[in-house]
Amino acid sequence: MEFLNDLKDQVWTAYELLAAGWGVQLLWGIAWTLAVTVVSMMIGAVLGSLVAAAKLSHRGGLRFIGESYTTVFRGEPELLIIYLFYYGGTQVLTGVARSTGSIGSADILNMPSFLGGVLAVGIISGAYQAEVFRGSFLAIHRGELEAARAYGMSPWLRFRLVIMPQVLRLAVPGLGNVWQLTIKDSALISVTGVAELMLTANKAARSTHHSLLFYTLAGILYLVMTSISTPIFDRAERYTSRSFTRPK
Amino acid sequence: MSANVAAAARAAPSSDETPAISVKDLRKCFGDHEVLKGISLEAHKGDVISILGSSGSGKSTMLRCINLLETPDSGEVRVDGELIQMKRGRDGHQMPADIRQVERIRANLAMVFQSFNLWSHMTVLENLVAAPTHVLKRPRAECLEQAEALLKRVGIWERRNYYPPHMSGGQQQRAAIARALAMNPKVMLFDEPTSALDPELVGEVLRVMRSLAEEGRTMLVVTHEMGFARDVSSKVMFLHKGEVDSAGDPKEMFARPPTPQFKQFIANFNK
Ligand SMILES: Nc1ncnc2c1ncn2[C@@H]1O[C@H](COP(=O)(O)OP(=O)(O)O)[C@@H](O)[C@H]1O
Repeated sequence: MEFLNDLKDQVWTAYELLAAGWGVQLLWGIAWTLAVTVVSMMIGAVLGSLVAAAKLSHRGGLRFIGESYTTVFRGEPELLIIYLFYYGGTQVLTGVARSTGSIGSADILNMPSFLGGVLAVGIISGAYQAEVFRGSFLAIHRGELEAARAYGMSPWLRFRLVIMPQVLRLAVPGLGNVWQLTIKDSALISVTGVAELMLTANKAARSTHHSLLFYTLAGILYLVMTSISTPIFDRAERYTSRSFTRPK
Repeated sequence: MSANVAAAARAAPSSDETPAISVKDLRKCFGDHEVLKGISLEAHKGDVISILGSSGSGKSTMLRCINLLETPDSGEVRVDGELIQMKRGRDGHQMPADIRQVERIRANLAMVFQSFNLWSHMTVLENLVAAPTHVLKRPRAECLEQAEALLKRVGIWERRNYYPPHMSGGQQQRAAIARALAMNPKVMLFDEPTSALDPELVGEVLRVMRSLAEEGRTMLVVTHEMGFARDVSSKVMFLHKGEVDSAGDPKEMFARPPTPQFKQFIANFNK
């Protein structure tokens, strides 16, 4: 009974704290987390497809660049890359601005935190997406590409009509995994001051001294975000692979 | 050849004297392995040429050199009189001089593959209209109408909304032949079209091919179907170790094999 009463108190406290404004803040945190993730995924998709194309290129130089990209950005700690982009970016921006005289010699031009954050997370996401796209391309039946050549399609038509639709279809499950990774990486950019879910939970925990409550709550919210993406990607996969699974 | 001459060659009317396909002294090596040792061939309008030879004799490579899926090391290929322009690349290997020309010529040489190679993410109907609308830039409605008619002709109209992986091999190959016909090609290239099929499905594909031969289509057919070579084709060409060992009228060739190699070859088949 003691325990139940205790729990009741806890729930009541939680309710009070959330109603006092932390609830809305956490919702904003979720919104920012999703925004960071979606923008990073898009940056990653562009970079990832370019890097995948480089890795598949006939030219040794391009292949080397592609290989280096995926090796570096998958091999380094994510936090290091975020620091590099945010603080490194700030240093570069400040240097440039000072030398052109747009700011005083003692002023600092900060890297915009959202921009620095999504660039860093997007670049990391791109390294993983590159692997997914490369694998998907290699899984396309070679004969279908050959048929596209034999029917007079230009490289652009082959890409648009045969390669891209098939790569997307084959990439959906892999992209689902990258999406989960990217959601988790988005928590790291709290260090740059973007008020996403992690930073908000942190702030709430510190100022209310209810660490257990807010970190657990944030944990649950992250879990919800990563796990609702699973059925969504499953549906997408069923849709895009319909030509392989069930007769119409 | 200068651009002017090329343009003139293109403009020349295709009379009976201009072969639909003319191949001269085609050579191709893969590494040290010389696969084609100077092959020549002429196909006139309406010719159905069966290309025979044991496995590894270079039949597929020859066919694939005609539409430049493989780049020949030397020799010339003309389609309807038009020479496919080649140049030397930096590494000394020959390569197409004008990829646009190659793409345009490929669109006139519809190929049917051993493993069908239909685009698996498109329905059968989409497979038939993809190249005509995008490569030949014909109106979509017209292409759809023609596609449906072609599917009726090869007997798989009911399957027009199926995806290729849901059909039997014989149906897929008939769809692939319809896809080739949808290009209104000058010449059709068949690369062992029945070799990947279960024996009971070979007949339905051969029937379609025979009907194409009967309506006067120009066809180059790499095949192991002796019956088709003897009874349907207008000419047989026998490759042996990368060279044309013998060629001629099918009935003649089969009745009186002109070389010991060809005799041996058909003897092996009759065993
Ligand atoms: N892309 C390739 N790379 C290397 N060798 C090849 C390639 N294509 C074909 N060959 C070789 O060329 C020879 C002729 O092949 P092919 O033209 O397919 O013969 P066929 O069609 O008569 O069976 C074979 O020995 C084959 O191994």
